[in-house]
Amino acid sequence: MSSLLLQALYLVAAALFILGMRGLSSPKGARRGNWISAVGMVIALLTTVANLLLLHKFTSLGAALAVAGVLIGAVVGTVGARRVHMTAMPQMVALFNGVGGGAAALVAVYELTFILGAHPPVAASFPSVFSIVVGGVSFAGSMMAFAKLQELMTGTPITYPGQQVVNGLVALAIVALSVYLIGFADSPIAFSGLLVLALALGVAFVLPIGGADMPVVISLLNAFTGLAVAASGFILDNFALIVAGTLVGASGTLLTLLMSQAMGRSIANVLFAAVGSPVAGAGAAAGAEGRSVRTGLADDIGTMLAYSRRVIIVPGYGLAVAQAQHVVRELADLLEKKGVQVDYAIHPVAGRMPGHMNVLLAEANVPYESLKEMDEINDEFKSTDVVLVVGANDVVNPAARNSPGSPIYGMPILNVDQAHNIVFLKRSMRPGFAGIDNELLYDPKTIMLFGDAKDSLARLVAAVKAA
Amino acid sequence: MTTELLTLITYFVLAIFVGIEVISKVPTILHTPLMSGTNAIHGIILVGALIIAGDAHTPTGYVLGFVAVVLATTNVVGGFVVTDRMLEMFRGRQRPAGTEETR
Repeated sequence: MSSLLLQALYLVAAALFILGMRGLSSPKGARRGNWISAVGMVIALLTTVANLLLLHKFTSLGAALAVAGVLIGAVVGTVGARRVHMTAMPQMVALFNGVGGGAAALVAVYELTFILGAHPPVAASFPSVFSIVVGGVSFAGSMMAFAKLQELMTGTPITYPGQQVVNGLVALAIVALSVYLIGFADSPIAFSGLLVLALALGVAFVLPIGGADMPVVISLLNAFTGLAVAASGFILDNFALIVAGTLVGASGTLLTLLMSQAMGRSIANVLFAAVGSPVAGAGAAAGAEGRSVRTGLADDIGTMLAYSRRVIIVPGYGLAVAQAQHVVRELADLLEKKGVQVDYAIHPVAGRMPGHMNVLLAEANVPYESLKEMDEINDEFKSTDVVLVVGANDVVNPAARNSPGSPIYGMPILNVDQAHNIVFLKRSMRPGFAGIDNELLYDPKTIMLFGDAKDSLARLVAAVKAA
Repeated sequence: MTTELLTLITYFVLAIFVGIEVISKVPTILHTPLMSGTNAIHGIILVGALIIAGDAHTPTGYVLGFVAVVLATTNVVGGFVVTDRMLEMFRGRQRPAGTEETR
């Protein structure tokens, strides 16, 4: 294949990636956008394979391994993506991101070991080292994020004295080794040591970050993988890798900033403050000792809902964990049949990722016209009869508005406290991810209905039917 | 610095601006699918994995190539399929029958 045709086809693929990403920016064009990107990917891959075949690059064993590798990867990817529950989406994205980072690091290791020789020029060794380090951090960090979200290990931050110092030393060792390798290395094998250090940093960096902040971390690691892929493009002199990798690196960085902004926090605070540590929770909860909350019966709450004019449902991660999205829709349908106006107020970080709750509710056939974003619905709480808070806590905590000392101070919240009545469906009085107590639970307007969100909602459905 | 390297750097810099520009107007509700969709796009590292699999001629090389191809394909295929599954649910839907009359 002529170099001109090769470049032209890569250019088509790159244009399709850009069009696809633009399609993803509106609900109507999103699905088609994803398909457009996929077509771009197929063009880039077929072009590469055709070019390699025409150049007689593959040995027969190499070709067999490549085919086997693609088949295995395709099966694993498809089965994983098809089987995963919508609630487990964040960790699935982390997993797919991590393997991409791992692949980028391995490509760079190969280049250094077999192609570049003993004293590669800086223009080749710098991107290789970069790709190994960033790809390795992304792989190990994503696996940690997966383990935390899948609850293979505790989701609370793991901290120890001097942690930041240790992490800093690992990072420093990586920089020192990188400089040495780029400047003086004569044995390519030494680069493998760098991969080990990068993996260690990936693990150490995610350890002190709590489950609630994991989406921001996954987004950041997504950007990392993009950059590692772009660096691989520099080594292989490949236009498609550079453009696609950089697009993801740049958009992923912006998305990470937008996400931490939605939580009202700086990215540094998310990554290094270990928010959600048990210590912070214990300290804040002590202030609430001896106070009582009002608990209600499902029957009474059901009657109250059935005779309301306006009800707003605030879904949180608790709803997702309980797989209660279908029951909540059943309740909403029932109330609408009785003439109650029902809307869903979606906080930007409801669930575990921005937009996660929308996906979960869409799965339960909730029409997206009823899903109201925070800015759209915040003024309507004061004219709302009942707000039903299902498994959410931090996103409705007035401390974000009222107590400057609180870790969540400044985070935009839903104005649930302005409604006439508030019903909390919660498992227990345990605080939310941020580990801080919620004043609103003790408000005289608030009624608590304890239990699993799905059971509680089912009881409310029965009560509304009877009312 | 060679002209070739500068050309590569040009692609890189321009792609940064395009990447930022393209997603700056994405509504919050699409952040998760967007993260997942861009995640699939960096699966293009499969191109690199195939190139090294084609270059391999030693046991270590074969192993590296094979593992890289498996990982990268998982990234591409899983990424696109999972994003499509999420977006499949974003179609606008009719409200349940009878709702409008009773209101």
